[in-house]
Amino acid sequence: MTRDEILALVADILGGIAPEADIATVPGDADLRDALDLDSMDILNFVAALHERTRRPIPEADTPRLVTLNGVVAYFQTAGP
Amino acid sequence: MNDFRMPSLGADMEAGTLVEWKVAPGDRVRRGDIVAVVETQKGAIEIEIFEDGVVRELAVAPGSLVPVGALLARLEGQAEATDAAPAPAPAPAPTPPPAPAPPASMAPASLEPPARPRVTPAARRRAAELGLTLEGLHGTGVAGAICLADLPQARPLRAGGFEPLGMRRAIAAAMGRSKREIPHYYLGQSVDLSPTLDWLERLNAGRGPSQRLLPAVLMLRAAALAVAGSPELNGFWKEEGFRPGEGVHVGWAVALRGGGLVAPAIHHADRLPLDALMAAMRDLVTRARSGGLRGSELTDATITITSLGDRGAESVLPIIHPPQVAILGFGRVAERPWVVDGAVVPRRIVQITLAGDHRASDGHRGGLLLARIEALLQKPEAL
Repeated sequence: MTRDEILALVADILGGIAPEADIATVPGDADLRDALDLDSMDILNFVAALHERTRRPIPEADTPRLVTLNGVVAYFQTAGP
Repeated sequence: MNDFRMPSLGADMEAGTLVEWKVAPGDRVRRGDIVAVVETQKGAIEIEIFEDGVVRELAVAPGSLVPVGALLARLEGQAEATDAAPAPAPAPAPTPPPAPAPPASMAPASLEPPARPRVTPAARRRAAELGLTLEGLHGTGVAGAICLADLPQARPLRAGGFEPLGMRRAIAAAMGRSKREIPHYYLGQSVDLSPTLDWLERLNAGRGPSQRLLPAVLMLRAAALAVAGSPELNGFWKEEGFRPGEGVHVGWAVALRGGGLVAPAIHHADRLPLDALMAAMRDLVTRARSGGLRGSELTDATITITSLGDRGAESVLPIIHPPQVAILGFGRVAERPWVVDGAVVPRRIVQITLAGDHRASDGHRGGLLLARIEALLQKPEAL
């Protein structure tokens, strides 16, 4: 996936989790939990949606890599297992 | 004929706006059915009926502001209904009666004739814009006049229908009353959560993201099981004294993005196994934030749990939500030096706290509850 495709996917998913959030204003290296006031339930739902939409397995241990926009982009730009 | 009246859904709720009827005259309803949606300071709440029967009359129209205790609808109880309504045919013939035209009595005028309220001109204008009736609304202005602050905002400012000013007022009323009336005692215990979390990580490793459990679910499960064995901490303080809860209905505190919180009940939380509890928590958090909580969820909690999550403080001295008599707090899990078998090792520690109502229980009982939660968390495979 390209960076733009990944960011569009993230925006779509987060729009469903935190409708009042505007991810266009979130810096790439900002922690999404702080920037968008997301809790562990939100992050779990976010990871579950990323898994559903990309069909890529996401082990729980990888969750810390998925809490910034840059982290998500890097994760999905590398070839999955 | 039984009257169905506007329920009180919070310590300071005085009125709610009827948004929508989910039933029509002639409909048969069962205890627990959702019959109406009411807009309150805590958002749009689905209101359940508390008895079986047949709806005979809807007394107010959508858009009406209805005081707590005022008539919403009339229904016939089960015994009367079998006479008045078409008797159930021997063969299954579940054809509902044709929806009758709304009766003339649906006009809000069928509320008991109230004294004409004093209203400021600005409030009258806003009320007209919103289509609200002002009867029964408690005014906080000069000489009890209804002023702008007593009316809902022109439109909900958040997706869930939460109106921040009203939410703050609801919290202020409940917490102010708690601090005035409840003699709190506080206890805290540091608990090694490492065995629990190690077990959970092994469990989650074999599951897809949507099937995984959060640590909060294990804490909730352990707490609910322990509370079931501490009846003096589970229930309500009423005028006549302590009344034990009928079941462990855990109010789960949900922070709302942008401020405020609500602690709707998970009914019989002690009877739900982990996966069902996780599903219940996910559903509750979603509805708390998007609207769609039920009236019973706002009134039935017998104890509250507040979990600060992985970005919260390490411990909390929580405030009891009246009329409940206890609240449990779970802080952020933090890695700390811990002594195990005489050696200092890194362990993941959580601070569990309890605030209890000294009118209903003593610290000794509270301490036993915390010890029981700790013991349950050490054996996660048995949860």
